[in-house]
Amino acid sequence: VISLAHYLAIGGVMFTVGSIGFLVRRNLLFQLMSIELMLNAVVVTLVAFNRMRQDDHAGQLFAFFIIAVAAAEAAVGLSIVLAFYRLRRSTRSDEASILKH
Amino acid sequence: MIVRALFAIAALAAIAGSIMTISAKKPIRGAMALLLSILGVVGLLVGLHAQFLATVELIIYAGAVVVLFVFVVMLIGPDPSGSRDWRAIVSRTIAGLAVGTGAVAVAVALSRTSGLARMPAAHTELGTVEMFARELFGRGLVAFEVMTVLFIAAVVGVMALVSKKGAPRGSIDRSKEGQP
Repeated sequence: VISLAHYLAIGGVMFTVGSIGFLVRRNLLFQLMSIELMLNAVVVTLVAFNRMRQDDHAGQLFAFFIIAVAAAEAAVGLSIVLAFYRLRRSTRSDEASILKH
Repeated sequence: MIVRALFAIAALAAIAGSIMTISAKKPIRGAMALLLSILGVVGLLVGLHAQFLATVELIIYAGAVVVLFVFVVMLIGPDPSGSRDWRAIVSRTIAGLAVGTGAVAVAVALSRTSGLARMPAAHTELGTVEMFARELFGRGLVAFEVMTVLFIAAVVGVMALVSKKGAPRGSIDRSKEGQP
């Protein structure tokens, strides 16, 4: 029988993989993709909890808003990557040190 | 039986796609692996009786976000700096082991909790467009309207970021490259 724990485990593993990717990759594109992975993991978790408590649709509603915010975040993040690439001819996040000093 | 097969395929696609996403060498391969992972998530959502949400996820992620990633990868081209960084390899291994062990421990602990083991039978209208619309335009109406403000802000921000006039000083202007 497929239980809630299966879905929670998948969500946890996806979130873990996304956070590892965000921490260890130095390419801004890969970091944005890792953020998308983490948001997807949260969507799976929320919808799985909504499947357990079906009185209302709060979990699916939250997941809907997460998807919408993720779309806006991807657009803004990728345009920031493009602007940074114009400035430095690179997409590595450890070269983004203009505001450091 | 077929539900279990769908779940297994979707779970495998989601997890394998996410691992391939963060371990890919080229960004375009990462984007394609992200697409595989999203397809897996869509399969999981269908298995959870969230049909409308699965459709939305497929349209927005596979149709918009991944295409946007591919466009940016094509605009930037191959990364001139080295794609491998060996400095982070130790911290990468340690972080992966630590967080992965934690996630597995949480999953094992949850699967032993008896209250979470069995899913109740789904409503017939769980996840349908009618139920979702009633919820979205009832309780979620204010949040829905605020979301439009967020989108307008995102559009204005993107236009300000990528316009030539707003380009930061010292950036390379390609329109003057051919001139002496």
